[in-house]
Amino acid sequence: MAKTYFTEDHEWLSVDGNVATVGITDYAQEQLGDLVFVDLPEVGRKLAKGDTAVVVESVKAASDVYAPLDGEITEVNGALSGDPALVNSAAATDGWLWKMKLADEGQLAGLLDEAGYKAHIG
Amino acid sequence: MTGDATKTLPLEDLHQAAGAKFGAFAGWSMPLTYPAGVMKEHQHTREHVGLFDISHMKLFAVSGAGAAALLNRACPIDAEALEVSQSKLTFFLNDEAGILDDLIVTRLGADRFMVVANAGNAIADEAHLKALARDFDARVEPLDRVFLAIQGPEAEAVLAKAGVDGSSLTFMHGFEPRPNWFMSRSGYTGEDGFEIGLPEADARALLGQLLADERAMWIGLAARDSLRLEAGLCLHGNDISPDTDPASGALMWAVPKEIRSSGTFIGADALRAIVEKGAARKRVGLKPEGRQPVRGGAALFDADGNPAGTVTSGGFGPSAGHPVAMGYVSTPLAKAGTKLFADVRGTRVPVEVSALPFTPHRYRKG
Repeated sequence: MAKTYFTEDHEWLSVDGNVATVGITDYAQEQLGDLVFVDLPEVGRKLAKGDTAVVVESVKAASDVYAPLDGEITEVNGALSGDPALVNSAAATDGWLWKMKLADEGQLAGLLDEAGYKAHIG
Repeated sequence: MTGDATKTLPLEDLHQAAGAKFGAFAGWSMPLTYPAGVMKEHQHTREHVGLFDISHMKLFAVSGAGAAALLNRACPIDAEALEVSQSKLTFFLNDEAGILDDLIVTRLGADRFMVVANAGNAIADEAHLKALARDFDARVEPLDRVFLAIQGPEAEAVLAKAGVDGSSLTFMHGFEPRPNWFMSRSGYTGEDGFEIGLPEADARALLGQLLADERAMWIGLAARDSLRLEAGLCLHGNDISPDTDPASGALMWAVPKEIRSSGTFIGADALRAIVEKGAARKRVGLKPEGRQPVRGGAALFDADGNPAGTVTSGGFGPSAGHPVAMGYVSTPLAKAGTKLFADVRGTRVPVEVSALPFTPHRYRKG
Protein backbone atom coordinates (compact mmCIF):
# COMPACT_ATOMS: atom_id res chain seq x y z
CA MET A 1 0.00 0.00 0.00
CA ALA A 2 1.49 3.30 -1.10
CA LYS A 3 1.99 6.03 1.43
CA THR A 4 1.83 9.72 0.50
CA TYR A 5 4.28 12.36 1.68
CA PHE A 6 4.62 16.09 0.93
CA THR A 7 7.43 18.65 0.81
CA GLU A 8 7.47 22.31 1.73
CA ASP A 9 8.24 22.94 -1.97
CA HIS A 10 4.72 21.75 -2.84
CA GLU A 11 5.53 18.31 -4.14
CA TRP A 12 3.78 15.06 -3.30
CA LEU A 13 5.41 11.62 -3.21
CA SER A 14 3.52 8.38 -3.38
CA VAL A 15 5.93 5.79 -2.03
CA ASP A 16 5.52 2.08 -2.74
CA GLY A 17 8.43 -0.02 -1.49
CA ASN A 18 11.53 1.94 -2.46
CA VAL A 19 9.98 3.66 -5.49
CA ALA A 20 8.42 7.13 -5.21
CA THR A 21 6.07 8.68 -7.76
CA VAL A 22 6.52 12.47 -7.61
CA GLY A 23 4.22 15.29 -8.66
CA ILE A 24 3.32 18.82 -7.64
CA THR A 25 0.37 19.57 -5.42
CA ASP A 26 -2.91 21.04 -6.54
CA TYR A 27 -1.99 24.18 -4.62
CA ALA A 28 1.25 24.44 -6.63
CA GLN A 29 -0.42 23.99 -10.02
CA GLU A 30 -2.93 26.65 -9.09
CA GLN A 31 -0.12 29.08 -8.25
CA LEU A 32 1.69 28.32 -11.52
CA GLY A 33 -1.33 28.67 -13.77
CA ASP A 34 -1.86 26.96 -17.12
CA LEU A 35 1.15 24.81 -17.98
CA VAL A 36 2.27 24.63 -21.60
CA PHE A 37 5.43 22.52 -21.37
CA VAL A 38 7.06 20.09 -18.96
CA ASP A 39 10.80 19.57 -19.41
CA LEU A 40 11.21 15.95 -18.26
CA PRO A 41 14.52 14.39 -17.25
CA GLU A 42 16.25 11.33 -18.70
CA VAL A 43 15.45 7.96 -17.18
CA GLY A 44 18.50 6.75 -15.27
CA ARG A 45 19.52 10.22 -14.11
CA LYS A 46 20.79 10.26 -10.53
CA LEU A 47 19.42 13.05 -8.38
CA ALA A 48 20.54 14.45 -5.08
CA LYS A 49 17.93 16.01 -2.84
CA GLY A 50 17.45 19.63 -3.98
CA ASP A 51 18.58 19.10 -7.61
CA THR A 52 16.32 20.46 -10.29
CA ALA A 53 14.53 17.38 -11.62
CA VAL A 54 11.88 18.93 -13.87
CA VAL A 55 11.10 22.38 -15.22
CA VAL A 56 7.43 23.21 -15.62
CA GLU A 57 6.62 26.09 -17.94
CA SER A 58 3.47 28.17 -17.70
CA VAL A 59 2.45 30.69 -20.36
CA LYS A 60 4.50 33.30 -18.56
CA ALA A 61 7.34 31.65 -16.65
CA ALA A 62 9.51 28.60 -16.07
CA SER A 63 9.66 27.04 -12.58
CA ASP A 64 11.95 24.36 -11.19
CA VAL A 65 10.68 21.24 -9.47
CA TYR A 66 13.32 19.85 -7.10
CA ALA A 67 14.22 16.30 -6.23
CA PRO A 68 12.66 15.79 -2.80
CA LEU A 69 15.11 12.99 -1.92
CA ASP A 70 18.22 11.27 -3.29
CA GLY A 71 17.58 8.64 -5.94
CA GLU A 72 17.52 7.59 -9.56
CA ILE A 73 14.83 8.30 -12.13
CA THR A 74 13.14 5.12 -13.30
CA GLU A 75 10.25 6.53 -15.35
CA VAL A 76 8.86 9.86 -16.54
CA ASN A 77 5.25 10.71 -17.40
CA GLY A 78 5.38 10.73 -21.19
CA ALA A 79 1.71 11.79 -21.42
CA LEU A 80 2.79 15.28 -20.36
CA SER A 81 4.67 15.82 -23.65
CA GLY A 82 1.38 15.90 -25.50
CA ASP A 83 -0.78 17.28 -22.70
CA PRO A 84 1.15 19.33 -20.13
CA ALA A 85 -2.18 20.67 -18.80
CA LEU A 86 -2.71 17.27 -17.14
CA VAL A 87 -0.65 18.75 -14.31
CA ASN A 88 -3.32 21.43 -13.91
CA SER A 89 -6.35 19.17 -14.26
CA ALA A 90 -5.03 16.17 -12.30
CA ALA A 91 -2.01 17.27 -10.29
CA ALA A 92 -2.31 14.47 -7.73
CA THR A 93 -3.03 11.63 -10.17
CA ASP A 94 -2.52 11.56 -13.97
CA GLY A 95 -0.34 14.67 -13.81
CA TRP A 96 2.53 12.91 -11.99
CA LEU A 97 6.00 13.94 -13.17
CA TRP A 98 8.52 11.16 -12.54
CA LYS A 99 9.21 7.97 -10.59
CA MET A 100 12.43 7.50 -8.70
CA LYS A 101 14.16 4.66 -6.88
CA LEU A 102 15.05 6.03 -3.48
CA ALA A 103 18.69 5.84 -2.39
CA ASP A 104 17.84 6.11 1.30
CA GLU A 105 14.33 5.44 2.53
CA GLY A 106 15.37 6.90 5.85
CA GLN A 107 15.11 10.37 4.23
CA LEU A 108 11.32 9.95 4.11
CA ALA A 109 11.23 10.76 7.80
CA GLY A 110 12.08 14.38 6.97
CA LEU A 111 8.96 14.89 4.81
CA LEU A 112 5.52 16.15 5.74
CA ASP A 113 2.33 14.17 6.00
CA GLU A 114 -0.91 15.53 4.58
CA ALA A 115 -1.86 17.31 7.80
CA GLY A 116 1.60 18.85 8.01
CA TYR A 117 1.40 20.05 4.40
CA LYS A 118 -2.05 21.55 4.92
CA ALA A 119 -0.73 23.45 7.89
CA HIS A 120 2.23 24.59 5.77
CA ILE A 121 0.06 26.16 3.04
CA GLY A 122 -2.29 27.58 5.66
CA MET B 1 11.89 52.38 -9.40
CA THR B 2 13.00 54.17 -6.29
CA GLY B 3 12.03 51.60 -3.68
CA ASP B 4 8.76 53.31 -2.85
CA ALA B 5 6.01 51.12 -1.46
CA THR B 6 4.11 49.14 -4.05
CA LYS B 7 1.17 51.14 -5.35
CA THR B 8 -2.32 49.68 -5.46
CA LEU B 9 -4.91 50.26 -8.17
CA PRO B 10 -7.90 52.47 -7.26
CA LEU B 11 -10.18 49.57 -8.23
CA GLU B 12 -8.26 46.92 -6.30
CA ASP B 13 -11.39 45.95 -4.38
CA LEU B 14 -13.11 44.98 -7.63
CA HIS B 15 -10.20 42.75 -8.63
CA GLN B 16 -10.16 41.14 -5.21
CA ALA B 17 -13.88 40.49 -5.47
CA ALA B 18 -13.25 38.90 -8.89
CA GLY B 19 -10.73 36.51 -7.33
CA ALA B 20 -7.59 37.96 -8.90
CA LYS B 21 -4.11 36.76 -8.08
CA PHE B 22 -1.84 39.76 -7.70
CA GLY B 23 1.80 40.31 -8.49
CA ALA B 24 4.22 43.22 -8.66
CA PHE B 25 4.79 44.98 -11.98
CA ALA B 26 6.53 48.33 -12.49
CA GLY B 27 6.00 49.28 -8.85
CA TRP B 28 2.31 48.36 -8.84
CA SER B 29 0.38 45.47 -7.35
CA MET B 30 -1.42 44.23 -10.45
CA PRO B 31 -3.97 41.48 -11.14
CA LEU B 32 -1.96 38.75 -12.93
CA THR B 33 -4.75 36.25 -13.47
CA TYR B 34 -8.36 35.68 -12.50
CA PRO B 35 -9.91 32.29 -11.71
CA ALA B 36 -10.49 31.54 -15.42
CA GLY B 37 -6.70 31.38 -15.93
CA VAL B 38 -4.39 32.88 -18.51
CA MET B 39 -5.35 30.54 -21.38
CA LYS B 40 -9.09 31.19 -21.11
CA GLU B 41 -8.54 34.90 -20.50
CA HIS B 42 -6.38 35.16 -23.60
CA GLN B 43 -8.84 33.28 -25.82
CA HIS B 44 -11.82 35.18 -24.42
CA THR B 45 -10.19 38.47 -25.46
CA ARG B 46 -9.61 37.20 -29.01
CA GLU B 47 -13.18 35.86 -29.26
CA HIS B 48 -15.27 38.27 -27.19
CA VAL B 49 -14.19 41.13 -24.91
CA GLY B 50 -11.45 41.44 -22.32
CA LEU B 51 -11.47 44.16 -19.66
CA PHE B 52 -8.04 45.28 -18.48
CA ASP B 53 -7.35 47.66 -15.61
CA ILE B 54 -4.35 49.60 -16.90
CA SER B 55 -4.56 52.39 -14.34
CA HIS B 56 -0.86 51.86 -13.66
CA MET B 57 -0.24 53.68 -16.93
CA LYS B 58 -0.20 57.47 -16.89
CA LEU B 59 -2.12 60.07 -18.87
CA PHE B 60 -0.60 63.51 -19.40
CA ALA B 61 -2.48 66.47 -20.85
CA VAL B 62 -0.11 68.71 -22.82
CA SER B 63 -1.57 72.07 -23.70
CA GLY B 64 -0.69 75.60 -24.77
CA ALA B 65 0.31 77.49 -27.88
CA GLY B 66 3.69 75.73 -27.78
CA ALA B 67 2.33 72.23 -27.09
CA ALA B 68 2.98 70.90 -30.61
CA ALA B 69 6.46 72.44 -30.65
CA LEU B 70 7.23 70.83 -27.27
CA LEU B 71 6.18 67.39 -28.55
CA ASN B 72 8.22 67.89 -31.73
CA ARG B 73 11.24 68.48 -29.50
CA ALA B 74 10.51 65.61 -27.11
CA CYS B 75 9.49 63.00 -29.69
CA PRO B 76 10.32 62.00 -33.28
CA ILE B 77 6.87 63.17 -34.35
CA ASP B 78 5.25 65.88 -36.45
CA ALA B 79 2.64 67.02 -33.95
CA GLU B 80 1.50 69.92 -36.17
CA ALA B 81 0.62 67.42 -38.90
CA LEU B 82 -1.68 65.35 -36.65
CA GLU B 83 -5.34 65.91 -37.33
CA VAL B 84 -7.58 66.51 -34.34
CA SER B 85 -8.45 63.04 -32.88
CA GLN B 86 -5.49 61.34 -34.59
CA SER B 87 -3.17 59.18 -32.41
CA LYS B 88 0.45 58.22 -33.09
CA LEU B 89 2.88 55.82 -31.48
CA THR B 90 6.04 57.72 -30.65
CA PHE B 91 8.96 57.74 -28.22
CA PHE B 92 11.06 59.74 -25.83
CA LEU B 93 14.63 59.25 -27.03
CA ASN B 94 17.89 60.08 -25.34
CA ASP B 95 20.77 61.84 -27.14
CA GLU B 96 21.96 58.48 -28.48
CA ALA B 97 18.45 57.76 -29.86
CA GLY B 98 17.94 55.15 -27.11
CA ILE B 99 14.27 54.63 -26.29
CA LEU B 100 13.42 56.10 -22.86
CA ASP B 101 9.76 55.20 -23.31
CA ASP B 102 7.17 54.50 -25.96
CA LEU B 103 4.06 56.65 -25.88
CA ILE B 104 0.77 57.25 -27.64
CA VAL B 105 0.13 60.90 -28.48
CA THR B 106 -3.38 61.99 -29.49
CA ARG B 107 -4.31 65.45 -30.74
CA LEU B 108 -7.41 66.66 -28.91
CA GLY B 109 -7.55 70.21 -30.27
CA ALA B 110 -5.48 72.98 -31.85
CA ASP B 111 -3.31 73.35 -28.73
CA ARG B 112 -4.12 70.21 -26.74
CA PHE B 113 -2.67 66.73 -26.78
CA MET B 114 -3.01 63.60 -24.66
CA VAL B 115 0.12 61.56 -23.95
CA VAL B 116 -0.14 57.99 -22.59
CA ALA B 117 3.02 56.67 -20.92
CA ASN B 118 4.11 53.33 -19.49
CA ALA B 119 3.81 52.72 -15.75
CA GLY B 120 7.46 51.98 -15.10
CA ASN B 121 8.60 55.18 -16.79
CA ALA B 122 5.79 57.53 -15.76
CA ILE B 123 7.72 59.43 -13.08
CA ALA B 124 10.80 59.88 -15.28
CA ASP B 125 8.59 60.82 -18.25
CA GLU B 126 6.83 63.51 -16.26
CA ALA B 127 10.11 65.05 -15.09
CA HIS B 128 11.57 64.85 -18.60
CA LEU B 129 8.59 66.47 -20.30
CA LYS B 130 8.19 69.16 -17.63
CA ALA B 131 11.87 70.07 -17.88
CA LEU B 132 11.58 70.41 -21.67
CA ALA B 133 8.34 72.41 -21.32
CA ARG B 134 10.21 75.30 -19.66
CA ASP B 135 11.46 76.30 -23.12
CA PHE B 136 7.97 76.29 -24.61
CA ASP B 137 4.62 77.93 -24.01
CA ALA B 138 3.19 74.62 -22.85
CA ARG B 139 1.75 72.95 -19.76
CA VAL B 140 2.21 69.31 -18.76
CA GLU B 141 -0.51 68.03 -16.46
CA PRO B 142 -0.53 64.45 -15.12
CA LEU B 143 -4.14 63.30 -14.83
CA ASP B 144 -5.66 61.33 -11.99
CA ARG B 145 -7.70 58.75 -13.88
CA VAL B 146 -8.76 55.15 -13.86
CA PHE B 147 -7.61 53.72 -17.19
CA LEU B 148 -9.42 50.75 -18.72
CA ALA B 149 -8.80 48.78 -21.88
CA ILE B 150 -11.81 47.11 -23.50
CA GLN B 151 -10.39 44.76 -26.12
CA GLY B 152 -11.79 42.22 -28.51
CA PRO B 153 -14.09 41.82 -31.51
CA GLU B 154 -17.24 42.65 -29.50
CA ALA B 155 -15.74 45.69 -27.72
CA GLU B 156 -17.74 48.28 -29.66
CA ALA B 157 -21.00 46.39 -29.09
CA VAL B 158 -20.40 45.85 -25.38
CA LEU B 159 -19.57 49.51 -24.86
CA ALA B 160 -22.61 50.59 -26.89
CA LYS B 161 -24.85 48.48 -24.66
CA ALA B 162 -23.30 50.27 -21.67
CA GLY B 163 -24.15 53.60 -23.28
CA VAL B 164 -20.69 54.49 -24.59
CA ASP B 165 -20.61 55.09 -28.33
CA GLY B 166 -17.22 54.47 -29.90
CA SER B 167 -18.52 53.78 -33.40
CA SER B 168 -17.23 57.08 -34.80
CA LEU B 169 -13.64 56.23 -33.93
CA THR B 170 -11.31 54.30 -36.22
CA PHE B 171 -8.06 52.66 -35.12
CA MET B 172 -5.55 55.12 -33.62
CA HIS B 173 -8.05 57.92 -33.07
CA GLY B 174 -9.27 59.34 -29.79
CA PHE B 175 -11.58 61.95 -28.32
CA GLU B 176 -13.20 63.19 -25.12
CA PRO B 177 -16.72 61.79 -25.13
CA ARG B 178 -17.60 63.17 -21.67
CA PRO B 179 -16.05 65.66 -19.25
CA ASN B 180 -12.72 64.28 -17.96
CA TRP B 181 -12.97 61.19 -20.19
CA PHE B 182 -10.42 60.28 -22.82
CA MET B 183 -11.28 57.43 -25.16
CA SER B 184 -9.24 56.04 -28.01
CA ARG B 185 -9.59 53.12 -30.37
CA SER B 186 -6.31 51.39 -29.69
CA GLY B 187 -4.84 48.74 -27.45
CA TYR B 188 -2.14 46.22 -26.75
CA THR B 189 -3.70 42.96 -27.90
CA GLY B 190 -3.81 43.12 -31.70
CA GLU B 191 -7.61 43.15 -31.50
CA ASP B 192 -10.08 45.92 -32.15
CA GLY B 193 -10.74 47.75 -28.93
CA PHE B 194 -10.70 50.89 -26.85
CA GLU B 195 -8.81 52.50 -24.01
CA ILE B 196 -10.75 54.82 -21.73
CA GLY B 197 -9.31 57.13 -19.08
CA LEU B 198 -12.02 58.38 -16.73
CA PRO B 199 -12.67 59.47 -13.13
CA GLU B 200 -12.93 56.64 -10.61
CA ALA B 201 -16.64 57.11 -9.87
CA ASP B 202 -17.47 57.03 -13.58
CA ALA B 203 -15.29 53.94 -14.00
CA ARG B 204 -17.12 52.08 -11.24
CA ALA B 205 -20.48 52.92 -12.82
CA LEU B 206 -19.31 51.87 -16.28
CA LEU B 207 -17.78 48.62 -14.99
CA GLY B 208 -21.03 47.77 -13.23
CA GLN B 209 -22.59 47.59 -16.68
CA LEU B 210 -19.66 46.04 -18.53
CA LEU B 211 -19.22 43.23 -16.01
CA ALA B 212 -22.93 42.44 -16.18
CA ASP B 213 -22.46 41.68 -19.89
CA GLU B 214 -21.50 38.02 -20.30
CA ARG B 215 -19.40 38.89 -23.37
CA ALA B 216 -16.95 40.80 -21.13
CA MET B 217 -14.62 39.55 -18.38
CA TRP B 218 -11.58 40.78 -16.47
CA ILE B 219 -8.22 39.88 -17.98
CA GLY B 220 -4.97 39.89 -16.01
CA LEU B 221 -1.46 40.99 -16.82
CA ALA B 222 -0.34 37.45 -17.77
CA ALA B 223 -2.78 37.29 -20.68
CA ARG B 224 -2.07 40.92 -21.53
CA ASP B 225 1.53 39.84 -22.06
CA SER B 226 0.73 36.78 -24.19
CA LEU B 227 -1.74 38.81 -26.27
CA ARG B 228 0.72 41.61 -26.99
CA LEU B 229 3.53 39.17 -27.72
CA GLU B 230 1.44 37.30 -30.29
CA ALA B 231 0.55 40.70 -31.76
CA GLY B 232 4.27 41.53 -32.05
CA LEU B 233 3.95 44.59 -29.80
CA CYS B 234 6.94 45.74 -27.75
CA LEU B 235 7.15 45.79 -23.97
CA HIS B 236 9.39 48.66 -22.86
CA GLY B 237 12.16 47.36 -20.65
CA ASN B 238 12.23 44.06 -22.59
CA ASP B 239 11.93 44.59 -26.33
CA ILE B 240 12.83 48.26 -26.42
CA SER B 241 14.90 50.18 -23.89
CA PRO B 242 17.44 53.00 -23.63
CA ASP B 243 19.89 50.49 -25.19
CA THR B 244 17.81 50.10 -28.36
CA ASP B 245 16.73 52.69 -30.92
CA PRO B 246 13.78 52.93 -33.32
CA ALA B 247 15.86 51.67 -36.27
CA SER B 248 17.13 48.54 -34.48
CA GLY B 249 13.68 48.08 -32.99
CA ALA B 250 12.08 47.92 -36.46
CA LEU B 251 9.93 50.87 -35.43
CA MET B 252 10.93 53.47 -38.02
CA TRP B 253 7.39 53.28 -39.38
CA ALA B 254 6.49 55.42 -36.36
CA VAL B 255 8.90 58.19 -37.41
CA PRO B 256 7.41 60.34 -40.20
CA LYS B 257 9.61 60.53 -43.32
CA GLU B 258 9.80 64.36 -43.34
CA ILE B 259 11.27 64.60 -39.87
CA ARG B 260 13.86 61.82 -40.36
CA SER B 261 15.93 64.37 -42.28
CA SER B 262 14.73 67.71 -40.90
CA GLY B 263 13.43 66.95 -37.38
CA THR B 264 15.05 68.59 -34.36
CA PHE B 265 13.81 66.09 -31.77
CA ILE B 266 16.17 64.86 -29.06
CA GLY B 267 18.26 62.04 -30.52
CA ALA B 268 17.70 63.18 -34.14
CA ASP B 269 21.40 63.32 -35.06
CA ALA B 270 22.11 59.94 -33.50
CA LEU B 271 19.09 58.35 -35.17
CA ARG B 272 20.14 59.78 -38.56
CA ALA B 273 23.64 58.36 -38.11
CA ILE B 274 22.23 54.91 -37.22
CA VAL B 275 19.87 54.92 -40.21
CA GLU B 276 22.63 56.09 -42.57
CA LYS B 277 25.05 53.41 -41.40
CA GLY B 278 22.35 50.75 -41.09
CA ALA B 279 21.39 49.25 -37.72
CA ALA B 280 23.78 46.48 -36.68
CA ARG B 281 20.95 44.42 -35.22
CA LYS B 282 17.21 44.21 -35.70
CA ARG B 283 14.20 43.21 -33.66
CA VAL B 284 12.54 40.13 -35.13
CA GLY B 285 9.89 37.55 -34.32
CA LEU B 286 11.22 34.15 -33.26
CA LYS B 287 9.25 30.92 -33.54
CA PRO B 288 10.71 28.11 -31.42
CA GLU B 289 10.42 24.64 -32.87
CA GLY B 290 8.36 22.22 -30.77
CA ARG B 291 6.51 23.07 -27.57
CA GLN B 292 9.24 24.37 -25.27
CA PRO B 293 8.96 28.13 -24.64
CA VAL B 294 12.07 30.26 -25.08
CA ARG B 295 12.11 33.15 -22.60
CA GLY B 296 13.52 36.65 -22.53
CA GLY B 297 17.26 36.65 -21.81
CA ALA B 298 18.04 33.46 -23.74
CA ALA B 299 21.14 33.77 -25.95
CA LEU B 300 20.80 33.08 -29.69
CA PHE B 301 23.37 31.32 -31.88
CA ASP B 302 23.65 30.71 -35.60
CA ALA B 303 24.01 27.26 -37.15
CA ASP B 304 27.80 27.39 -36.62
CA GLY B 305 27.45 28.20 -32.93
CA ASN B 306 28.42 31.88 -33.25
CA PRO B 307 26.55 34.40 -31.08
CA ALA B 308 23.63 35.77 -33.10
CA GLY B 309 21.62 37.83 -30.63
CA THR B 310 19.31 37.69 -27.62
CA VAL B 311 15.67 36.88 -26.92
CA THR B 312 13.91 39.84 -25.27
CA SER B 313 10.40 38.39 -24.70
CA GLY B 314 9.14 34.87 -24.99
CA GLY B 315 6.34 32.64 -23.86
CA PHE B 316 3.53 30.53 -25.17
CA GLY B 317 0.99 31.90 -27.66
CA PRO B 318 -2.41 30.43 -26.74
CA SER B 319 -3.96 31.55 -30.06
CA ALA B 320 -0.88 30.76 -32.14
CA GLY B 321 -0.81 27.32 -30.47
CA HIS B 322 2.96 27.32 -30.18
CA PRO B 323 5.70 29.18 -28.31
CA VAL B 324 6.31 32.73 -29.51
CA ALA B 325 9.23 35.07 -28.90
CA MET B 326 10.89 38.30 -29.96
CA GLY B 327 14.48 39.33 -29.88
CA TYR B 328 17.39 41.09 -31.51
CA VAL B 329 19.64 39.44 -34.08
CA SER B 330 22.52 40.70 -36.22
CA THR B 331 20.99 42.40 -39.26
CA PRO B 332 22.24 39.79 -41.79
CA LEU B 333 20.30 37.14 -39.81
CA ALA B 334 17.08 39.18 -39.57
CA LYS B 335 15.44 37.68 -42.66
CA ALA B 336 12.30 35.61 -42.02
CA GLY B 337 13.09 31.92 -42.29
CA THR B 338 16.62 32.17 -40.88
CA LYS B 339 17.31 29.19 -38.61
CA LEU B 340 18.89 29.97 -35.26
CA PHE B 341 19.26 28.27 -31.90
CA ALA B 342 18.30 29.54 -28.45
CA ASP B 343 20.09 28.38 -25.34
CA VAL B 344 17.51 27.10 -22.84
CA ARG B 345 19.13 25.71 -19.68
CA GLY B 346 22.05 24.40 -21.72
CA THR B 347 19.98 22.86 -24.52
CA ARG B 348 20.00 24.42 -28.00
CA VAL B 349 16.36 24.88 -29.04
CA PRO B 350 15.92 25.52 -32.79
CA VAL B 351 14.11 28.79 -33.51
CA GLU B 352 13.17 30.40 -36.81
CA VAL B 353 13.16 34.11 -37.53
CA SER B 354 9.50 34.82 -38.17
CA ALA B 355 7.41 37.71 -39.47
CA LEU B 356 5.45 39.62 -36.83
CA PRO B 357 2.68 39.52 -35.75
CA PHE B 358 2.13 35.83 -34.96
CA THR B 359 -1.64 36.39 -34.95
CA PRO B 360 -3.08 38.85 -37.50
CA HIS B 361 -4.05 42.29 -36.23
CA ARG B 362 -7.78 42.88 -36.40
CA TYR B 363 -7.90 46.64 -36.01
CA ARG B 364 -10.89 48.72 -37.19
CA LYS B 365 -9.19 50.90 -39.73
CA GLY B 366 -12.40 52.44 -41.07
